[in-house]
Amino acid sequence: MFDFLEGYDVLGAFWTTVQLTVLSGVGSLVWGILLAGMRVSPVPLMRGFGTAYVNIVRNIPLTIIILFTSLGLADIFGVTMGAEDFKIQGFRLAVLGLIAYTAAFVCEAIRSGINTVPLGQAEAARAIGLSFSQTLRLIVLPQAFRAVIGPLANVLIALTKNTTVAAAIGVAEAATLMKSMIENEAQTLAIGTVFALGFVVLTLPTGLLLGWLGKRLAVKR
Amino acid sequence: MKLRKVTAASAVVLALAVSVTACGGDKKDDASGGKKIKIGIKFDQPGLGLKQPDGSFSGFDVDVATYVAKQLGYQPNQIEWVETKSADRENALQRGDVKFIAATYSITDERKQKVDFAGPYLLAHQDLLVKKGSNITKGTDLNSKKLCSVTGSTSAQNVQKTIAPKANLRPLSGYSECVAGLQSGAVDALTTDDSILAGFAAQDKYKGQFQLVGLKLSNENYGIGVKKGDSTTVDKINKALEKMVADKSWDKAVKDNFGPARYKNEPAPKIGDIVK
Repeated sequence: MFDFLEGYDVLGAFWTTVQLTVLSGVGSLVWGILLAGMRVSPVPLMRGFGTAYVNIVRNIPLTIIILFTSLGLADIFGVTMGAEDFKIQGFRLAVLGLIAYTAAFVCEAIRSGINTVPLGQAEAARAIGLSFSQTLRLIVLPQAFRAVIGPLANVLIALTKNTTVAAAIGVAEAATLMKSMIENEAQTLAIGTVFALGFVVLTLPTGLLLGWLGKRLAVKR
Repeated sequence: MKLRKVTAASAVVLALAVSVTACGGDKKDDASGGKKIKIGIKFDQPGLGLKQPDGSFSGFDVDVATYVAKQLGYQPNQIEWVETKSADRENALQRGDVKFIAATYSITDERKQKVDFAGPYLLAHQDLLVKKGSNITKGTDLNSKKLCSVTGSTSAQNVQKTIAPKANLRPLSGYSECVAGLQSGAVDALTTDDSILAGFAAQDKYKGQFQLVGLKLSNENYGIGVKKGDSTTVDKINKALEKMVADKSWDKAVKDNFGPARYKNEPAPKIGDIVK
């Protein structure tokens, strides 16, 4: 029944999907936190940049961003991410594009978390002489994070699925292999089902684990 | 009372659904009687199947399909063109969305298990498109070159497996992106079937810039896909194709669509004669 899987490295393709997800996930978390910090900072210029970035980037389709990294950044501006080989270059460019896009959503999730922290917390922190960055780092963000584990899990699941867009620039992840298999085997439904299940296997545990964690760590107010 | 309403409502919905599908079925029967015929082609391949900005269609596949439809009793204005992308072709035939498909559809054993093929009507080969004056002359030259193809396509897989495993292969989502890269110098060569390459090279905006290397890296027997088991249609199409070759319409279609690229086409293949 599953003889059409023979000769294909399905697990290897999904491993690339996992690598894309993890690297982009970590990167977009870091960049997203920085963006969220900018959006709530007292400096108008940084606030303006953060707002502009989020509103522009999250409204551009991911396919266009990913294609731009390859056809625009690499071909026209010569940004090859230190790789001559198209396979490595494509992977790195895809991670870059996914980070740029996902960070906008991470930023908004974190900012919503910051809004759940009562104003008194920040005022108290300022009253004992903490600077803005200290207030954010020590008082506000730790509380904000515990409130937004659920929404961040959604962003992570969306990111896992969005990695399939990297197929557009030839990254050898799951969707790319699926295209090859459909081309050779002419079994759209069976192959599609296998890959759909693969993504459920990847994302379902993520959702369950982070959902449970979010409930445990939430700050009861 | 409430339950009764729901039951009544669902009965109405069900009845409607049944009658609507019944209508749909009737229409389909009409189509074979002489009203409209649905034919699957590609919309994005210059020289083979291309949708023009004004909504008309051009290309070799389109010409062949038009000729075949005429032999089946449909005038060109009775044809409804349907886009069948590579991944949809088998399903479109199985569902009966289209009567037949002429869309660079290579006859392979795997596909024969799902659909029936008439033809072949054209023998194409995997080839390379390079800039004029390029020093790429054989397949192994690619090992140190940058090569572009479409993600998952047979041609891309061939290069990786047999022709030049060390080639720096860049799979993109469409051939148009590859041609743009070839023009800008981002890649050294583009690989797929020579008929498709010739179609691109013959486009007005690229005329005279590219050349085909002429390597014959594989044999692609383009057939006309028909729903599995529909042998009457297969026979009719085969007859039409034979006639098309006999009255020279076939040669004219090749010349019209690939001429400007100086594409050295194979002679018209014999029906059922598949070159491995």
